Amino acid sequence: MDILSSLMDGFATALTPINLLYALIGVILGTAVGVLPGIGPAMTVALLLPVTYVLEPTSAFIMFAGIYYGGMYGGSTTSILLNTPGESSSVITAIEGNKMAKAGRAAQALATAAIGSFVAGTIGTALLVVFAPIVVQFAVSLGSPSYFAIMILALLAVTAVLGASRLRGFASLGLGLAIGLVGIDSVSGQRRLTFGQPLLADGLDIVVVAVAIFAVGEALWVAAHLRRTPLQIIPVGRPWMGKEDWKRSWKPWLRGTALGFPFGALPAGGAEIPTFLSYVTEKRLSKHPEEFGKGAIEGVAGPEAANNAAAAGTLTPMLALGLPTNATAAVMLAAFVQFGIQPGPLLFANEGPLVWALIASLFIGNTLLLLVNLPLAPVWAKLLRLPRPYLYAGILFFATLGAYSVNLQSFDLVILLVLGALGFMMRRYGLPVLPLILGVILGPRLEKQLRQTLQLSAGDVSGLWSEPIAVVVYILVGIILVWPLLLKTWRRARPRQLAAVGTFADSPLVDGPLADSPTAARSTAHSPTAADSTAARDRQAVATDGQENADTHADTHVSNGQEKQ
Amino acid sequence: MTSLSSRLKGRSELGVAALLGAAGALVLLDAARLVTPYSQSDPVGPKTLPVIVGALLLVSAVMLAVNVLRGGHGEAEAGEDVDLSHPADWKTVLPLAGAFIANILLIDWAGWVISGTVLFWGSVWALGSRHYVRDGLISLALALLTFYGFYLGLGIALPAGLLEGIL
Repeated sequence: MDILSSLMDGFATALTPINLLYALIGVILGTAVGVLPGIGPAMTVALLLPVTYVLEPTSAFIMFAGIYYGGMYGGSTTSILLNTPGESSSVITAIEGNKMAKAGRAAQALATAAIGSFVAGTIGTALLVVFAPIVVQFAVSLGSPSYFAIMILALLAVTAVLGASRLRGFASLGLGLAIGLVGIDSVSGQRRLTFGQPLLADGLDIVVVAVAIFAVGEALWVAAHLRRTPLQIIPVGRPWMGKEDWKRSWKPWLRGTALGFPFGALPAGGAEIPTFLSYVTEKRLSKHPEEFGKGAIEGVAGPEAANNAAAAGTLTPMLALGLPTNATAAVMLAAFVQFGIQPGPLLFANEGPLVWALIASLFIGNTLLLLVNLPLAPVWAKLLRLPRPYLYAGILFFATLGAYSVNLQSFDLVILLVLGALGFMMRRYGLPVLPLILGVILGPRLEKQLRQTLQLSAGDVSGLWSEPIAVVVYILVGIILVWPLLLKTWRRARPRQLAAVGTFADSPLVDGPLADSPTAARSTAHSPTAADSTAARDRQAVATDGQENADTHADTHVSNGQEKQ
Repeated sequence: MTSLSSRLKGRSELGVAALLGAAGALVLLDAARLVTPYSQSDPVGPKTLPVIVGALLLVSAVMLAVNVLRGGHGEAEAGEDVDLSHPADWKTVLPLAGAFIANILLIDWAGWVISGTVLFWGSVWALGSRHYVRDGLISLALALLTFYGFYLGLGIALPAGLLEGIL
């Protein structure tokens, strides 16, 4: 009952006219940036951070919540109307959604995506309400050793499990941790990596780092490879669904939600695996399996719901433990810190009203999304026609403005350019961006927990595994690290003819729906190291079937268009 | 020599390994400079994490170099507006970076309205728009709008620079 009354208080805060307005702004802004190529919710939240200083933290977070869910929705619109998914979690939506759109069923595809997102988002947020306090109850009993272990797990999981190349993930993580080191060490007061530059003493502002990597890096990267032929955008009217579509959609929505939430809530969450699993499940259960690959509505409904439920799930560790597992959550965590709010299990106790208003606004945002976006879909489709020079010049313009307004010093703009060049290089050579951002944000907190742990044990290293939870977590870490090796040995042990049948015999249900999409065309890069491609295994299964041959032996990557930041 | 150069051809990714190595070395060198006073309350000290991070960077540098020499390569990021079938177009990127640098040089002296206009106009031009006048007007409007928006709406005074007193 306690939770319910807190939630009601949250609704009371979130439903004031001014906060409703911020929720509406957030939802519209979020959808717009989700629709537009090149910008995503994480970048938008980062850009808005300096602007929101003048707001109440509650209003700011209500707006961020709208951006978070809106961005997810906008991403699916783009992948249905264009055949190029902007983020890895909407790759699956693009498969069936775009086929549906091409077959003249764009309105139904958009409708099932929107309503499915609403259903999944609402159920997911309800699950968040139920589970977050339980996690908190469990988490307040944890000490520094457990926290340290959990943070290590989150960093490793994001680095090693998501993304195509573990090696490149670790390189990116290292860079992020190094960036996080810059500045005065809070305990000993010594300057680290400041090179005598007083402006670096306070460390690099997270807004500047995030904007540089997400916005400037992206703008430069797209500029280098700007598509000169305009993309084909499928025109669309107002989304609607017939009776048959409803009948075929509602079960996939619920199943997608059930798959998405737990994966999102795990430290190694992310929406790619559940969207893929949902697709495979729907295909297996469908009464119309022959339609899959040609525009089956279940193939849009399920993955879209999984995507949104995962987004809600991600907020569980973010709010309950202070542990972000995707880029937007990471920037929101940075926002907590900027507002002087300490993230972690005490958040619910110390900032109860704010957290519950944020959660209430997730419900409100979800409803607003549905109400606003069904009629606005044609407008979003028009937004896709925005001339690219203006779009990318605008990104650079607002990136500069956002980064500059933090401290009003042009030195930050130099950093912005340097890190923007780094972001460009990372995109060129396939270094994932997420480990870097998490490294920057979690690095300093990781170090703090490490120091507290060893302080408690008076310098004894065994203090690191002095709590049972820490031991369990380290075992998980160990499994994640040796998993590719195990997989490799297991494969070698299997008879060769099995490999010839297809390395992905474990997912025989997928028969190359991507075969003629650009994603598949780009996915034929080979890499000799097994460590490099194990992580992408599940997704490979979607893309490589059909072009897989036994000789090249499985080292095929999906070009995982990274999560749009 | 020829075998070496042929092995190096198309291996620009080795530059990434070199960068990682340099970053790792830098972090380690900087860490070596730190003093670790013995302290009961901080047995970890300020050095531990930098040493770990430096080592992580160096190890990834070496492993990446080996990976690249054995034929591995990272997957360039795709996107809605990205066409990977043509090589990097430096004729777009360099002027774009130029517009950005012009803004850095101008912002404190000439003020945001001027430097922001230059930034947007230059970027649009670099990206291929040739509507000089229309773009100029849009740029100026954006710069003015953000200047007053930040000042009146957020209380953030962006530099007025040369136009001090006029704005």
